Amino acid sequence: MTTDTILKVNNLHVSFRTLDGIVDAVRGVTFDLKRGETLAIVGESGSGKSVSMKAINRVLPRKNTIFGKDGEIIYEGKNLLSLPEEEMESIRGRKIAMIFQDPMTSLNPTMTVGRQIAESILTHEDIPKAEAMKEAIKLMSLVGIRNPEESSRNYPHQFSGGMRQRVMIALSLACKPDILIADEPTTALDVTIQSQILDLIDDLKVKLNMSVIFITHDLGVVAHVADRVAVMYAGKIIEIGTAEEIFYNPQHPYTWGLICSMPTLDTTDDHLYSIPGAPPNMLHMPKGDAFAPRNAYALAIDFEKEPPFFKVSDTHYAATWLLHPQAPAVTPPAEIIRRQEIFNTFMKQEDGGSNYAYRHTSSGAR
Amino acid sequence: MGKYILKRVLISIPVLFLISIGAFILVHLTPGDPADMYISPDMTAAQVEMTRAALGLDKPLFIQYVDWIANFLTGNMGFSFADRQPVLDIISQRLGPTLILMSISLIVAYATAIPLGIIAALHKNSKLDRAIIGWTFFNVSFPPFFLGLALIYIFAVELDLLPTGGMEVLGMENDGIDLAEHLVLPVIVMASQFSANMIRYVRASVLEVLGQNYIRTALAKGLKWRQILRFHVLRNSLIPIVTVIGTDLPKVIGGAVITEQIFQWPGIGSLTVAAINSRDYPVLMAIVILSAIAVLIANLTVDIAYAAIDPRIKYSK
Repeated sequence: MTTDTILKVNNLHVSFRTLDGIVDAVRGVTFDLKRGETLAIVGESGSGKSVSMKAINRVLPRKNTIFGKDGEIIYEGKNLLSLPEEEMESIRGRKIAMIFQDPMTSLNPTMTVGRQIAESILTHEDIPKAEAMKEAIKLMSLVGIRNPEESSRNYPHQFSGGMRQRVMIALSLACKPDILIADEPTTALDVTIQSQILDLIDDLKVKLNMSVIFITHDLGVVAHVADRVAVMYAGKIIEIGTAEEIFYNPQHPYTWGLICSMPTLDTTDDHLYSIPGAPPNMLHMPKGDAFAPRNAYALAIDFEKEPPFFKVSDTHYAATWLLHPQAPAVTPPAEIIRRQEIFNTFMKQEDGGSNYAYRHTSSGAR
Repeated sequence: MGKYILKRVLISIPVLFLISIGAFILVHLTPGDPADMYISPDMTAAQVEMTRAALGLDKPLFIQYVDWIANFLTGNMGFSFADRQPVLDIISQRLGPTLILMSISLIVAYATAIPLGIIAALHKNSKLDRAIIGWTFFNVSFPPFFLGLALIYIFAVELDLLPTGGMEVLGMENDGIDLAEHLVLPVIVMASQFSANMIRYVRASVLEVLGQNYIRTALAKGLKWRQILRFHVLRNSLIPIVTVIGTDLPKVIGGAVITEQIFQWPGIGSLTVAAINSRDYPVLMAIVILSAIAVLIANLTVDIAYAAIDPRIKYSK
């Protein structure tokens, strides 16, 4: 795995003008994406994960969206946020492609799927229509659609949900993009189809040497695909690290909550754990840490001041006052202690677990 | 598809029969008697009866209907009570002017309404959008007779730029320019009505499509807005637009009663008013049946168009 950074997001702020006032959906997101890696963005609905990723490709409603002034999205040395629309058009789909949540409604119902894929190619490449169509059929067989020649002449309603998502993937891969942003691509699909689609994305990632940003609220999906994980809450990344670090050595109480809410095969409790309360109203953000009111481990300072990022390892950062040298020691939930023990015994390495990430990347090539 | 069309055509036959029965009853139930026009005060009761018998009005209503429908089916629409002309001749005389007025009005209306509706939708809530919506509101709320009279007053009476009404200057060699001059005002009145309605439907329909996920997909593909509009928005917003066209089309045959009356346009609309006033049953019945056929054909055309626009719509059998 090469480690050169392909995309850098710095202090991204996104706000929406609504009838009730200005909503700060994304409040300072910073991360970078390396070539060939899969970064998963995890968070509850409304945590700003989708919005921050749509901001990268600027597919947000133009009129009501405000980007923070000092925010930057650096790709190929250019700040995408200040790029003129025409230049952005040559990046969208060509360099940075997207797959969306709902394959049932994300395809044009009155255009054959072959044409929709070919259109994607024709937008960025100057080739004859017939050739684009051939390319589209090739892509359809690449993503595992049977009878691609015949299927290319069909309309989206003649496909099942899983097949439509495959069409969406073919469409987004049409120009062999550098970055694929998958916005909850498996949410609308049933479980068996889910893992097929995940494997497909993983597989194509290696074949085409892409970087993938995976937006999801499903930790099971994250475990399946991610090299690195960023956990978002109320418009901010609160913890970021390798998949291994987030799953086995989480530091932020919110990440603890997420992991404890995951059912496991040996769950014996009658009730599944859930984080109490609901995410804050983004119109009226509480003072201090946005998670503090729901946080059983909240310290007095959490209600006063937002925590900065504390370094756990070279790859692992978490925004919680618990990591402050003066913070009192707390006992995490039993499940987290169990996981941290596994981490400390088996996984802790000088290189911050990239060995695990490497193994994971290669598993996609099967 | 062929089977479906045949089925629809066959169904429309009994529908037309029912319409003809309903219309016949309603027409004959209207107060007044067509024979009144032939009667002078000095006629005796027997003479009045003879006049009624000559028009066939002395027979029971049922027999009158059977007589009428039997003639109608053999292509004989009867004679006008008012001027004794064959109904077919009268209708065909009046059909031309109505076709000219209405088809030009519709073309003008759609040619302005569809772009304006799209512009309004693309600039939702902007000043331009509000101006367009305000304009449609003004047109929808302005009764055509008032707009018609206002236009006549301004452009024909005060400015003397255009004729007050009619279709041509009588006793003159008639050319296209003369006809065009007579068309301007009635077309403005008709088109403003049609277009106001259409603008609102186009705007709503385009707005709905713009909010669809596949538009976001098209944007994420890197398509230009112009391409998105042309290949993704237009076709998907056509269904409601075609529906409105379907309700407008029969008026091309049926005419516009009020506007034709105001501008003395010699079309079906003004014929309808004249026929009602003189209780001219055969002419009225012919107009009703003609309009009914126009509505049925328009509906069928719209349904076929739906299937052509949206591949999800399929008609079985």
